[in-house]
Amino acid sequence: MSDVLLDFVRAARGTGIRISPAESIDAVQAMNALGWADRAALRDGLGLVLAKTAEEKAKLAECFDLFFARSDMKRPEAPEPEQRLPDQQAPSGAAGEPQGGGGSALGEMLRAGDLAELAARMERAAEQAGVRNISVFTQVNLYARRMLEQMGLRELDREIARGGPQAEQLRQGRDWLRGEARALVERNLALFARGETEKYREEMLRRARLSSLDRRDVERMRMLVRAMARRLAARYARPRKHARRGMLDARRTLRRNMPWGGIPFRTIWKTRKIEKPRLMVLCDVSGSVAAVAQFLLLFLWSLNEALSGLRAFAFSNRCIEVTEILNQLPIEQAGAEIMVQVGFGSSAYGASLEDFARTALRDLNHQTTVLILGDARGNRTEARADLLRDIADRAKQVIWLNPEHPMAWGTGDSDMPRYRPYCKLATHCATLDQLERVIEDLLRASA
Amino acid sequence: MDGGARLVTSIEAVETGLDGFGYIASRQIATAVFLAQRLNKPILVEGPAGVGKTELAKAAAQWLGLPLIRMQCYEGLDESKALYEWKYGKQLLYTQILKDKLAPMLGDSEGLEGALTKLHGVGDIFYSEQFLEPRPLLKALQQPHGAVLLVDEVDKADQEFEAFLLEVLSDFQVSIPELGTIVAPVPPLTILTSNNLRDLGDALKRRCLHLHIGFPEPKLEARILATRAPEAEEGLRRQLVAFVQALRGMELKKLPSVSETIDWARVLVLLHARELDTQIVRDTLNVLLKYEVDIAAVEPQLLAMVDKAKSDALTPNYGVAM
Repeated sequence: MSDVLLDFVRAARGTGIRISPAESIDAVQAMNALGWADRAALRDGLGLVLAKTAEEKAKLAECFDLFFARSDMKRPEAPEPEQRLPDQQAPSGAAGEPQGGGGSALGEMLRAGDLAELAARMERAAEQAGVRNISVFTQVNLYARRMLEQMGLRELDREIARGGPQAEQLRQGRDWLRGEARALVERNLALFARGETEKYREEMLRRARLSSLDRRDVERMRMLVRAMARRLAARYARPRKHARRGMLDARRTLRRNMPWGGIPFRTIWKTRKIEKPRLMVLCDVSGSVAAVAQFLLLFLWSLNEALSGLRAFAFSNRCIEVTEILNQLPIEQAGAEIMVQVGFGSSAYGASLEDFARTALRDLNHQTTVLILGDARGNRTEARADLLRDIADRAKQVIWLNPEHPMAWGTGDSDMPRYRPYCKLATHCATLDQLERVIEDLLRASA
Repeated sequence: MDGGARLVTSIEAVETGLDGFGYIASRQIATAVFLAQRLNKPILVEGPAGVGKTELAKAAAQWLGLPLIRMQCYEGLDESKALYEWKYGKQLLYTQILKDKLAPMLGDSEGLEGALTKLHGVGDIFYSEQFLEPRPLLKALQQPHGAVLLVDEVDKADQEFEAFLLEVLSDFQVSIPELGTIVAPVPPLTILTSNNLRDLGDALKRRCLHLHIGFPEPKLEARILATRAPEAEEGLRRQLVAFVQALRGMELKKLPSVSETIDWARVLVLLHARELDTQIVRDTLNVLLKYEVDIAAVEPQLLAMVDKAKSDALTPNYGVAM
């Protein structure tokens, strides 16, 4: 029985739940303890062992129902096709007909209406055809056909072609059988292929240019961005102090042990403080980067949700602080609100930097990292690179992420070469993968 | 062994057993306790505050007739507070007292080396079990008949401590360098609770059965209320539950959980309320809602909500067949 469970584990992995081999061993043990008889208990038990968050539990329960619907289907569905298979007068009328000798095994079963046997055969054929390896939906027909051939479709076809009084009945039976086979394959597709397809699409999305994303992918993208922000935040939230093992803090130890006349009962060890980076993010939301801005804002929002003490600014022809908006509104509204307040204008970097300097320059210190997301195309307005220099002087570092390829920097109205000297890092960032790598480096360098 | 852990035979047995000690367990909770006993695995309980995570451990300890050993986690918790510590003071005191004994013993030996060899012979007595101060984790491992170990709010402890906990929880043994390894004769039933302040490490989650306790269904909540606040009349209880369930559907900063429902029921009983009315709900709303903003959000709708709760209470959803 544990084979079935392993298949289930594989199907569950396909829905995105991470299950380690150790956990599948646990699952087998849990199954042995709970038994197969009580379905609800088994589902709860597997949920306890395999799923590690509330969302995963819901996913697992859904997968469980789909997976074990398979073995259930034989019995409850059996009576229904019985009605669809017409004219069950076979026993008396058909006994003397000539088909008795030349009839195929499959035809025999159809005639007899032996549904239990048919379903069992179909399961076996499915196993032999390797239905569980199905990976894309175009294979459905192929696998259904293979299964039917395993069951002896060819003989049945021949028998139907030969005609005879029962040909019509057999033809209906064959059509029904085809439908059943397809349904079975489709169930397997839903169970086993989802993971593959999903993985593939996510891979594509991570590498796709942010500016050229399809509208229908937005939802999926959101999930990816949030997962990424959470991952980064976990790294960022590392402890601030590290004990330096074996280094006695003599001064504090003496102080602590004053009550005992300086005899060191309680020792105190030296610790090393690790400074967390403070992040200020400026995000361009002007018309020229509007397509990307959506995702940058989304990223900002997710990051803000995960990190405390992040300050966010958005700018086009002027710059406003959006930290409050991000804090208070859900993402759909926050994005729209920011766009209403400053979005879609033609960008003026000089004026925006001025605004930023006025509101935030005095809050910059040697721990602050300033992150600028934008294409540095200021529509031939004053660049005010001197302001960026001031910012860079006060802050720990300035990092510029540009959705344009470096080849295009400096062409047309791009002021990138003028800003570049003051950035510790100026890099091309057009896909989610690149964005993640940059932020990760940033956090690692300062953590 | 009559003091030993009761062998859990089935999920139903867990359910009725916990019921006997005033804890109404849902099917999932009972399954978790059953599996934890069978597989010898800790349970990690997550969920909002006040849904009975800690209560579960207490009820389980009572039911199994085992001592409950509780360890509250907080930032900065370390091994010496969780596992064991040497009784430094006692060690020092004893050396002082034994000074007189030691002096003649060492006095007749020639040179430093001779004295050292003699000291080696007695040195170990100061690192024996008499000088060991067991902290909760070690205490739980030492119980001869097993125990219920409650590690409360693991998410508040540091990541280092979480890693350290792994070692204890996977094998139910600890090694003390001076004494050797201490193995639990009976692995304790371990329950860890978390309020999701931070994401726990995958390694820890993998070693545990993961149980999520959410807000209970109306029916279950009505049953909980019946055992926890039996002095409230049934009609009132139904209305209470209906009202609280409606509150949970709203967008509030902090949703009221089961413990608040129980508190509220007790408050209403003290005020001799026989059924909900707008005035009394308004006066006691601060028992349910802990934020000024939330109270302000609910107040204007109070009249409608009380009426709805009254009519909802009559539907079989809240039915308590008594």
